[in-house]
Amino acid sequence: MIPAGDAPVLHVKDLCVEFDTHGGVVRAVRGVSFSVRPGKTLAIVGESGCGKSVSVQSIMGLTPIPPGRITRGSAWLDGIDIVRQKIVNGEDVRGNRIGMIFQDPMSALNPTMRVGDQIAETLQVHRGMSKRDAFARAVEVLALVNIPDADARARQYPLAFSGGMLQRAMIAMAIACEPDVLIADEPTTALDVTIQAQILELLKELQRKNGMAIVLITHDLGVVARMADDVVVMYAGEIVESGTVDDVFYRAAHPYTVGLKAAMPSRDTSKAVSLLPIEGAPPDLFRAPEGCGYAERCSHAMALCGPHRPQRFEVDPGHHAMCWLHHGDAPQRVDAVYRGGRT
Amino acid sequence: MSVLVEAKGVTKHFPLMRGKTVHAVDDVSLSIDAKEIVGLVGESGSGKSTFGKVLVGLHDKTAGEVYLEGERLPQRYTAGDFQRYARHMQMIFQDPYSSLNPRMTVGEIVGEGLRFCAGASGAQVREAVGGWLERVGLEGGYAGRYPHELSGGQRQRVGIARALILAPTFVVCDEPISALDVSVQAQIVRLLGELKELLGLTLLFIAHDLSMVRYVSDRMAVMYLGSLVEVGPADDVYFRPLHPYTKTLVASNPEPDPRSERQRTTTPITGEIPSPVNVGAGCRFSTRCPEVMDICRTVTPELRVVVDAGDERQVACHLFETTGQLSPSSTEVSS
Repeated sequence: MIPAGDAPVLHVKDLCVEFDTHGGVVRAVRGVSFSVRPGKTLAIVGESGCGKSVSVQSIMGLTPIPPGRITRGSAWLDGIDIVRQKIVNGEDVRGNRIGMIFQDPMSALNPTMRVGDQIAETLQVHRGMSKRDAFARAVEVLALVNIPDADARARQYPLAFSGGMLQRAMIAMAIACEPDVLIADEPTTALDVTIQAQILELLKELQRKNGMAIVLITHDLGVVARMADDVVVMYAGEIVESGTVDDVFYRAAHPYTVGLKAAMPSRDTSKAVSLLPIEGAPPDLFRAPEGCGYAERCSHAMALCGPHRPQRFEVDPGHHAMCWLHHGDAPQRVDAVYRGGRT
Repeated sequence: MSVLVEAKGVTKHFPLMRGKTVHAVDDVSLSIDAKEIVGLVGESGSGKSTFGKVLVGLHDKTAGEVYLEGERLPQRYTAGDFQRYARHMQMIFQDPYSSLNPRMTVGEIVGEGLRFCAGASGAQVREAVGGWLERVGLEGGYAGRYPHELSGGQRQRVGIARALILAPTFVVCDEPISALDVSVQAQIVRLLGELKELLGLTLLFIAHDLSMVRYVSDRMAVMYLGSLVEVGPADDVYFRPLHPYTKTLVASNPEPDPRSERQRTTTPITGEIPSPVNVGAGCRFSTRCPEVMDICRTVTPELRVVVDAGDERQVACHLFETTGQLSPSSTEVSS
């Protein structure tokens, strides 16, 4: 049961995305469902090629079709399936109700337009503002994302901005229309750690102010721990585990999640403890595995894991894992394997 | 422990147009003991890669000296110098995509050093290459492949084999894992650790991932805008940072632990790393430092031992002058 006011603002259901390539069909996203609540942050975690970016790009209509293809699934925003319907009452929901920021701010902004004009453009398109009003509002938004001397900065070109400043400018552009959902695709991966801390704090501050939901795509578990309320872990185009941030970090229920955590040092990892790499590499999605995508690398794999796709088991209320170890008949229960204090 | 590599006052400036100069590395002194792993951290533009390249001779030195086992290395390497010293000092590069020649097979890449520097015969080279590829986990048939056929982690293994085939004593690892996925990072770190034990290597491990550097290194050196600001045992520097910049770095580093992240109260530092062009006198961190004093803007602090924190701990900060204690009131200028 969902408590009132906690209804998801964006709900993605059973999304499947494929790409036609010379080598065949790549099944990049294979049945992904997630939802994000207002004022909360959902982190989508996974390694390169797991389909985390493609999932949100396809929802936003940013995957080139062809070669891409959404074969199944829907994404509900306020009762409207935005996979099928991008224009509502004559207005594009993208950039308006949903904002998006990208990993590489240098290539995401237009180098031939002044920064203020680029932000103003979204307001002119979505809000029908005059050029002058939109520019004035752009200056306000730049100040909101803590760009000093916003009036002068708005008149400069992206070339004059540092990486951190460009990321702020891109956030300003994304929030100019006060979206309900902000999708942040690896927003700090290209930035230094002190600048990353500034940008993450800015996102939190903006969220507190206007209550927007954030979908944060990242491969960095540290960033997840700092930002997320809820987490979905993706592997080979599927969501293998989902739950609250504490569920995923302290009660990890999928061997991949446990493996990821054991592969990176934390504060408490002493040098005497060796990191446990996950051997092997993710499966080739040209020939998507029939069963569990992680079975080949999993140290707990059973005979049925290869040929049979695991069900989605509810481990605790709201905490799901796609792993046969949670089946009642599994010989070794994942609880016994992982909950004995190895988290 | 004997000192293997010693940098004394190493400086590297890059001239720009109109009398401007990039101060990439300024007066850096660091000694590295045999079989030690020293981690070098800092933001992009802090000069850590340039310092690594100066150590192995890929950049000339503007000033200062580098010693290898007491022998002074040339200020500018000639082709002969590279042949001579490449046997002892090697480098593993950050980007496994651009650091391998796409027109050479893996076997040619790994064996090239052996052919040039050791004058080994074709058969010897093939045998050594086969052995090394197996040692870095690329068994069977990889020697004939081209880099584009390999994943990032596999390419980095090729880079490691190429660096180690000459059996060097000192290896500069320039962000060897930054371009890799988390699960693959641990594979490479473990491989480096095993090879270090096996061959008795000494490593300078350059990275910006503080958690990984703390885990990997014996000692940690922190660089900011071309200067070393703090050096000490890795755990000490990470858990008890002294220099305000190190404190900032550690506080900014996100830990994969939601509980400790929720308890984090520090607000991120404002501002960004300034341009390294024509850096003036004074502490380089003074423009962003939360504990800045008047003296910091005019007098460059020297890297010196902080008594209270143990002999190995060096900090370049006016807060720790002479007494080795935190003395925020000592603002009188002595010079």
